Amino acid sequence: MSVLVVVEHDRGALAPASLEALTAARSLGGEVHALTLGAAADASAAVLAAHGAAVVHQVHHDLLADYGPEAWGESVAQAVRALQPDAVVACGTDRGNEVLAQAAARLDLPFVANCTEIGAGDTWTITRVRWGGSLLEQCTLTAATKLVTVAHHSVEASESPTAGAVQPLAVDLDPSLARTVVCERVERAAGVTLGTAPLVVGGGRGVGSAEAFAPLEELATELGGVVGCSRAVTNNGWRNHTDQVGQTGTRIAPDLYIACGISGAIQHWVGAMASKKILAINTDREANMVTKADYAVIGDLHKVVPAITAEIRRRRGG
Amino acid sequence: MRVLVCVKRVPAPGAKINITPDGQAVDTAYLAFTTSPHEECAVEAAVQLVETHGGEATVMTLGPADAEEQLRYAASVGVARCVLLPIADRDWDPQRTAAALAGAIRDLEASDGPFDLVLFGNESADAGNFQIGVRVAHALGRPMVNGIKGIELDGATVRAKREADAGVEVYALPVPAVLGVKEGINLPRYPTMKGRLNAKKVAVDSVEASVAAGGQQMITLLQAQEQVTQTVLLGEGVDAAPAVVDLLEELGLLK
Ligand SMILES: Cc1cc2nc3c(=O)[nH]c(=O)nc-3n(C[C@H](O)[C@H](O)[C@H](O)COP(=O)(O)OP(=O)(O)OC[C@H]3O[C@@H](n4cnc5c(N)ncnc54)[C@H](O)[C@@H]3O)c2cc1C
Ligand SMILES: Nc1ncnc2c1ncn2[C@@H]1O[C@H](COP(=O)(O)O)[C@@H](O)[C@H]1O
Repeated sequence: MSVLVVVEHDRGALAPASLEALTAARSLGGEVHALTLGAAADASAAVLAAHGAAVVHQVHHDLLADYGPEAWGESVAQAVRALQPDAVVACGTDRGNEVLAQAAARLDLPFVANCTEIGAGDTWTITRVRWGGSLLEQCTLTAATKLVTVAHHSVEASESPTAGAVQPLAVDLDPSLARTVVCERVERAAGVTLGTAPLVVGGGRGVGSAEAFAPLEELATELGGVVGCSRAVTNNGWRNHTDQVGQTGTRIAPDLYIACGISGAIQHWVGAMASKKILAINTDREANMVTKADYAVIGDLHKVVPAITAEIRRRRGG
Repeated sequence: MRVLVCVKRVPAPGAKINITPDGQAVDTAYLAFTTSPHEECAVEAAVQLVETHGGEATVMTLGPADAEEQLRYAASVGVARCVLLPIADRDWDPQRTAAALAGAIRDLEASDGPFDLVLFGNESADAGNFQIGVRVAHALGRPMVNGIKGIELDGATVRAKREADAGVEVYALPVPAVLGVKEGINLPRYPTMKGRLNAKKVAVDSVEASVAAGGQQMITLLQAQEQVTQTVLLGEGVDAAPAVVDLLEELGLLK
């Protein structure tokens, strides 16, 4: 068996998710090759070999100078036709899923997104993520070449060094594919983001208004964290959607998530469950957030949150 | 301009998702139904585009007859036309769903003219296949970008914005184009009383689809492993503050 791993990178910066895909590909048994798109990614060949890529196929093309779902997907489709792998694996990130969907459409092959377990064979038996992680599905995949992504963070990347040969691979891309290549980019300002913050103070419908988030902001600032919220909050227009935690918002993984006035609906929980510890502050001791949290305070968040901030300041002697 | 939005009817579970005994579906005995928030935002985007540029928005779904409820909801917030591709059995696989939608879109375009934009959600709430929009776009020969959080129509070009790790990416797609919309692009409106009344009267066109199954087949749904936590109660009301700060110290968060 041979497996081709589609490597994700951003203008040459290797996405750590790619190493998860390589690690998962190794576990399928058989020879693992990697595919890098664009000359900027050439430099990653050594890291890919260290993670088990016996051959790194490097594609160079003007249309691959920046990310473009169609140019990338078409390149993968052509690589599949040229190399005839038994399977193609990428990581289930935004780009990973988009590129494999593009390749699958072009090859008229099935594509199974966000797999957590793969039983390889003639027909594969796969476990995959549904509902953003609240539910799983077992399915079969029947195809000449199997296209899958592995759910992000479901595999821990590990090394398995090989000598790693490098081979150029030519693709023929229609100039019209420039139509979906990134044409402009506004770089993100540096600083802690919701997805990477070590501490998140989350507010839900229980907070009651946009103004009432001020004490949550104060507590977050005091602890070097950021404020998050539930969809009830964004739907009410109290906060921007960029603050939303959950299935259709951001997945957070802080050391501590302080969830204030949030009931803990399953779609919110899947975004918060990777937090190392969770503290729920809620008036309802039966709330899902409370029963699932590591710690809880039962009470009115409008009184409890300022009291915590005051206690921190008192201990700091401020 | 003509805009089409594709939505999918899904259950709206609360604290937990229960599975039917045969493992084939979510137990919906006590559940309401909805669409993905991404799709609600796609509907809102379509209505706003039509408000700005004139024209008409259409909504389409492939699903059970009851999916009429989601079509009528879209009508209640400003969509003019509803198209249902009824299926009798459980969900179709992604290849089959996409082929059916693409076929129905071709037929609609042949009789009523092309859609300038076809909008999808970033992913369906339940299946999360991350592909149906891409497949439909390819079948129609149109450009497609997923994860869109901003749409601006500028003559024959649609400028679409997407949030990536490194920053905001901008794409300039020639119209006709296909976009996958992410929640946050707008704040969907609630239906007005007049909208609700209109939605009751709107015609729902039913279109039969016959397409062969694809290569992915569901066997069963499974519960995700749940870690069971023994919640430590730190106290009630403001009296709990010292215990909370003790915890912050213990976790090394009081720097
Ligand atoms: C497909 C789909 C995707 C979704 N995606 C997301 C998502 O990404 N993120 C998300 O958050 N939701 C999402 N939702 C919505 C989700 O189902 C819930 O509706 C939402 O999370 C509820 O928000 P909430 O907990 O703030 O509000 P509620 O459920 O109304 O809970 C409010 C809580 O506040 C408590 N409370 C009230 N007053 C106080 C007070 N003074 N002090 C302390 N506690 C108080 C109450 O006891 C209650 O527990 C999604 C839904 C669907 C169908
Ligand atoms: N049965 C369906 N009927 C209409 N549109 C659908 C259907 N399933 C999925 N879609 C659309 O395709 C998008 C992506 O779905 P998926 O590929 O399942 O993640 C969804 O957000 C919907 O806009």
